[in-house]
Amino acid sequence: MATPVMEKSDKAPEPGFADSPYITVTFRVRRFNPEVSAEATWEDFQLEIDPKERVLDALHKIKWDLDGSLTFRRSCAHGICGSDAMRINGKNRLACKTLIKDINPEKPITVEAIKGLTVLKDLVVDMEPFFQAYRDVMPFLITKDTNEPTRERLQTAEDRERFDDTTKCILCAACTSSCPVFWNDGQYFGPAAIVNAHRFIFDSRDEAGEQRLEILNDRDGVWRCRTTFNCTDACPRGIEVTKAIAEVKRALITRRF
Amino acid sequence: MSTTETTASGIGPVEGAGASAYTVDNPAPLIEPPRKRTKKSPKSTRGNFEMAAWLFMRLSGVVLVVLVIGHLLIQLVLDGGVSKIGFAFVAGRWASPFWQVWDLLMLWLAMLHGANGLRTVINDYAERPNTRLWLKGLLYTATVFTILLGTLVIFTFDPNIR
Repeated sequence: MATPVMEKSDKAPEPGFADSPYITVTFRVRRFNPEVSAEATWEDFQLEIDPKERVLDALHKIKWDLDGSLTFRRSCAHGICGSDAMRINGKNRLACKTLIKDINPEKPITVEAIKGLTVLKDLVVDMEPFFQAYRDVMPFLITKDTNEPTRERLQTAEDRERFDDTTKCILCAACTSSCPVFWNDGQYFGPAAIVNAHRFIFDSRDEAGEQRLEILNDRDGVWRCRTTFNCTDACPRGIEVTKAIAEVKRALITRRF
Repeated sequence: MSTTETTASGIGPVEGAGASAYTVDNPAPLIEPPRKRTKKSPKSTRGNFEMAAWLFMRLSGVVLVVLVIGHLLIQLVLDGGVSKIGFAFVAGRWASPFWQVWDLLMLWLAMLHGANGLRTVINDYAERPNTRLWLKGLLYTATVFTILLGTLVIFTFDPNIR
């Protein structure tokens, strides 16, 4: 499966050996500190930076060299942990997977917190509603057999392939916080929770698919999806999120009738 | 869009104190137990209203494509187009039960399809409960009124009225 990359740009300057690779880039960061002001404001930072570096490197430069109060989450910094999802130039992306040259560094690059979740400070949001929805779909193997298994639960390659796409989720919340239905009242389960339910519903070893489907048959479940495909566009792992939601809808209907 | 003075007191007690990150004014987030199964949450395996509404939109949409395009063709394109429509034309059509059923079906499906679509739009965009209540009340009243009036006219239409 191909790992997606951000839009490829042919315009990226290829500096010669004599030239400096550094260019001046303006980062326009949405700042919020409840201890200072109830209002969020934009703050501009000018950096000399190699356009082949990532947005996360730029944020590090700002935090380490310019303004230590800038607050953001990141752990692994290599697109695995899913901590640093943020809204870069109006699109949800991982700061650690977005190269500066790919997002037009000639104009100011806007960086803000993901939408739909309460901002605690700068780029840090309260992820609790997101993880609440995730917990609600019971994202763990459930079997009716209560005895300890005496051997491995085997599965054919085809059965494994059925839910392969949705195993890639890193719970970064880029999809859920790009969903206009989630922005409204935050009650919608959101794409990420449905993707993780999909991962178990279509797992041949799991036996609680029916229960999970019933949970997603809720008023705030899959039926609130308007197929705007924002989630599929936002996913840094290239999961076909909207397709997964459609498969859950189809399973709900075909199992009933 | 200007540079602001967030650096002034950027490092607050939260970062500085070191001991407890949370205070009375800044409590630790409360972790609720998973969404409870209530009386309202669906129990049976027969689906619920949201699912029925979703399915209805798909099915009625398919039927409406046929009904509406047929209706527009007959009314506006074929056989003289819109100029032929008059009291006599409508009276002639509604003399046949086939067209009565056609128009009745179109009326009900189009009204319910549209009303259900607007209901989801209201659910998605109206944020305050009161706004939702009033908008939906208005929507349902208008829908019921139009459906009842239309049905009444189709069934009690008298071609000899003058």
